[in-house]
Amino acid sequence: MERTWNNKAWFMVLPVLLLVAFSAIIPLMTVVNYSVQDTFGNNVFFWAGAEWFEEILHSDRFWEAMGRNLVFSAIILTIEIPLGIFIALNMPKKGWGVPVCLVLMALPLLIPWNVVGTIWQVFGRVDIGLLGYTLRALGFNYNYVNDPFDAWITVIVMDVWHWTSLVVLLCYAGLVSIPDAYYQAAKIDGASRWAIFRYIQLPKMNRVLLIAVLLRFMDSFMIYTEPFVVTGGGPGNTTTFLSIDLVKLAIGEFNLGEAAAMSIVYFLIIMLLSWVFYTVMTAYDAER
Amino acid sequence: MNLTWMAWTLPTAVFFITILMLLCGMAIWEYVSPGGNPRVGVLQFETTRGDRLFLSLLGSAFIHLAWLGLVGPNLWWALALSVVYAIGVFRYV
Repeated sequence: MERTWNNKAWFMVLPVLLLVAFSAIIPLMTVVNYSVQDTFGNNVFFWAGAEWFEEILHSDRFWEAMGRNLVFSAIILTIEIPLGIFIALNMPKKGWGVPVCLVLMALPLLIPWNVVGTIWQVFGRVDIGLLGYTLRALGFNYNYVNDPFDAWITVIVMDVWHWTSLVVLLCYAGLVSIPDAYYQAAKIDGASRWAIFRYIQLPKMNRVLLIAVLLRFMDSFMIYTEPFVVTGGGPGNTTTFLSIDLVKLAIGEFNLGEAAAMSIVYFLIIMLLSWVFYTVMTAYDAER
Repeated sequence: MNLTWMAWTLPTAVFFITILMLLCGMAIWEYVSPGGNPRVGVLQFETTRGDRLFLSLLGSAFIHLAWLGLVGPNLWWALALSVVYAIGVFRYV
């Protein structure tokens, strides 16, 4: 079929362009303007040039937070993507179990982020929390308030609990769209369970997996509310991720210029990594 | 309209006007030669003109940051390097 080119169709995206301009582009421009100036409030600004960027790039605090964030995102993707696929593969495809599973899976996604943080903050407490108290009763020396390892485990388990459902629902949507004919052909060929997964289900889930990886990477790299509510970035700075550090810098220390420079570096890194993920996965898809 | 809250400066205004001009230029290029000129370059996957502009801008941002972090605050050399990089991207990617 021959494609029809009509550039007037671009006018159709004008409304969304206006919306994005007000919600993203204009605020981003303001952040760029702030990043090259210093201010003490009252809309009075002093030119600083690239000083804030230099300060950020030479700051141990920034690179440590970046390292923590990258490790956190890597752990989250390593756990949530395979676990999400595994759960989606084992969910019922027909019958009364389907709506029950879908509702159960959607529940964690419906809870606001700060409420999730509060739930886990209480859940993990060793005096009144079910998790903390039980672990203590079983002989584990668990205390997320003063042990960095326990704080990390708590934040990771909380994120897995909150967001694996998203991966499950996306994979499930990919799985139910596979026509029965594929499975029948596989059965005739005597394909093993692994072969069906590797050559039918996984390729058919490729698109939704791309979305799942991108969403989970971006969300985990920008995570703020849940760890802030549970650990407040502590103990010490061990769970201070970039966004928590950014808020400390901008609101806690009212260092708006440096915070703006940090936001831009943070934004560029997210954009680069998202582009790499997207390109690698779409190139892999095109090869197939 | 009072835009003082946006804290505009001349260099940042020039920066954004340059980006806007680049986008307008790309739109005119697309109007004159539609289709985005897709091709497979050194990265071994298909890129359009838009992809090449995106790569040029993103790469230039990182060149400037790397220059600031590793060399020093004089960014004119980083700008020159970015222009060479962008020409390379449009020629070979």
